[in-house]
Amino acid sequence: MGEEEGLHQTQLLDTMFVRGLKRKCFDGEEDIEGTLAGIKAIPSYNLQRQSLLDMSLVKLQLCHMLVEPNLCRSVLIANTVRQIQEEMTQDGTWQMINTQSTGQASLDRLVSTDILCRSSREQAEGKHVPGYSTFDKDFEGDQAQDNSETMSTASSVQTPRNLQSNVWEMENAQENKGNFQKSLDQIFETLENKSPNSVEDLFSEVDNSYYDLDTMLTGMMSNTKMGHCDGLETFASPTSTASNSNCKSDLNELDHIVEILVES
Amino acid sequence: MEEDVETRKISSSFLRDHSYATEADIISTVEFNHTGELLATGDKGGRVVIFQREQESKNQPHRRGEYNVYSTFQSHEPEFDYLKSLEIEEKINKIRWLPQQNAAYFLLSTNDKTVKLWKDEDGEWRMGSRCLRAPTMVEPVSPLCRVLVRVRWGSGTCPWVLTLCLSSQVPVLRPMDLMVEATPRRVFANAHTYHINSISVNSDYETYMSADDLRINLWNFEITNQSFNIVDIKPANMEELTEVITAAEFHPHHCNTFVYSSSKGTIRLCDMRTSALCDRHAKFFEEPEDPSNRSFFSEIISSISDVKFSHSGRYIMTRDYLTVKVWDLNMENRPIETYQVHDYLRSKLCSLYENDCIFDKFECVWNGSDSVIMTGSYNNFFRMFDRNTKRDVTLEASRENSKPRAILKPRKVCVGGKRRKDEISVDSLDFSKKILHTAWHPAENIIAVAATNNLYIFQDKVN
Repeated sequence: MGEEEGLHQTQLLDTMFVRGLKRKCFDGEEDIEGTLAGIKAIPSYNLQRQSLLDMSLVKLQLCHMLVEPNLCRSVLIANTVRQIQEEMTQDGTWQMINTQSTGQASLDRLVSTDILCRSSREQAEGKHVPGYSTFDKDFEGDQAQDNSETMSTASSVQTPRNLQSNVWEMENAQENKGNFQKSLDQIFETLENKSPNSVEDLFSEVDNSYYDLDTMLTGMMSNTKMGHCDGLETFASPTSTASNSNCKSDLNELDHIVEILVES
Repeated sequence: MEEDVETRKISSSFLRDHSYATEADIISTVEFNHTGELLATGDKGGRVVIFQREQESKNQPHRRGEYNVYSTFQSHEPEFDYLKSLEIEEKINKIRWLPQQNAAYFLLSTNDKTVKLWKDEDGEWRMGSRCLRAPTMVEPVSPLCRVLVRVRWGSGTCPWVLTLCLSSQVPVLRPMDLMVEATPRRVFANAHTYHINSISVNSDYETYMSADDLRINLWNFEITNQSFNIVDIKPANMEELTEVITAAEFHPHHCNTFVYSSSKGTIRLCDMRTSALCDRHAKFFEEPEDPSNRSFFSEIISSISDVKFSHSGRYIMTRDYLTVKVWDLNMENRPIETYQVHDYLRSKLCSLYENDCIFDKFECVWNGSDSVIMTGSYNNFFRMFDRNTKRDVTLEASRENSKPRAILKPRKVCVGGKRRKDEISVDSLDFSKKILHTAWHPAENIIAVAATNNLYIFQDKVN
């Protein structure tokens, strides 16, 4: 790895991840303003890239929980995974992952994904994590503060919670962790055993694994969107973001209101 | 009408706080008809609400041409695909009007799988007719909130006036003498395996196309059980899939020409005269990638979410995640104009990927003369770009900022360093408030902006 490559990596760091603002991840070139968390642990490019890969794989899985996965989104995520995988193959780091045992390695990968997902509030609490920005604090608003608090009380090796779907957050932490390890293992197993073009297999995995997901996540029988959302009503993060939370709990309410209107 | 209508308080029984928007009320498409007299909106609950412009009256010139609810009907219902064990959403993805013939209005509405042709006749509601049933009649709902604001655009006076703001899409239903279930005139079903993202009426007014992720079908309005497949990009092996169709549109004048955009940021122009299956494009528009901006997210942000022909037919406009581009049909290697919508998000792409905002599909629209283009952003902001003067403005569609007769100032996002008083910092943007759907009156400066479950109609105020 020559200097040229090192520069290339830094450039990628800049463009990949947030920089410059407080409590954001450190890019190695500019001054960090503020937090200890940013100075304490500087995430390597490899770690960040790995986190992105993990996040993408989880997204691909999650989008199968949804009723009708958005094909465009799946294709874009899969292409991203493929890009990362290709780069890692060129770097030679892909081989490293293959040789690691799944047990301990999965945990490490979970941690790195989790880092990306933790709110900046948790980072401020002094946990030893790289200062990633997640935007949760900003756009979820005050309602989400409760969510952060819930998350911070869970065990240190947490599953990525505030990923896409709200339904995740209903599950027990421990249960999630176990299930996640299993699912990521499944995915990595697939990747390990195949050729460099194994990402394409994600699609075949994806098509067939719908029912595997059902066993993976108890209670997540996502045959109807409404089924879940009864429980989510109290939870509801109303200003939650682009999550495709298919929460139609209010539809019942709407019907009820319309009924009243018609009768009156 | 009475003066007090303008300052009437918002009825709390219909008021829905922004934060607790009922999912079904979220507006998913907005479209003016060809004269601009009617405005249709579709929502996630499968309903279509049509607004009609009031006739101008000399008595009340300031109420010139405001839009009121004209009719509403349930276009699509949720369905269940038993084969795949999946639910089919009733969300209206697109509405397209047909040119008006006689006294009847026709529109196409589509969800993920089924396109429907609706007809309603002005002033004449057919009840219980065997072959044609009118949409359910509803009592026109008075606008719940009507304010006048003026917007200053740049240093000039191109003022915009908010004339209508509905706080809820829930219409008031009153029992009819005869409750008729609305049935569409034509249902074009079972032709799409994947999700329909676009429909476009051809200039011959006899055909239209529907596009899903991998295929485009051509329909004749009179024939519902058959369609022609004109584009098919499905690979033999689905594992090799790397690109999908994201939008498609017919040329406004040439009935044999259409374009479709892809998730890789390319646009293909096809001529239906060359072959039955238009897999070979006549033109291929792609801008070479900027190597300095390359990242793992480059492809995702280059995915085109909307493509629109100009009214003249000379240009196409595309919207990707961060920019709007205008292309000349005669130049394929790069766009002639590129406008930055919210470039300050470029450094936030990782977070936006994590929360899925990076997959938001923004639309874009031309004004009637093709001189101004408009598109939405986050925090209920929307942007207009004047192609001639190169000026741009950021406006906000929000009730908090719409006081009666207030002057609405253009908004500005502060990127870094010192934040001025009225600016908003990037970190304070609300990413749950996104404006994906907007529409521009075909002839006048009237725009419709959908902000989650609220519809705003702005008009320029000519003194």
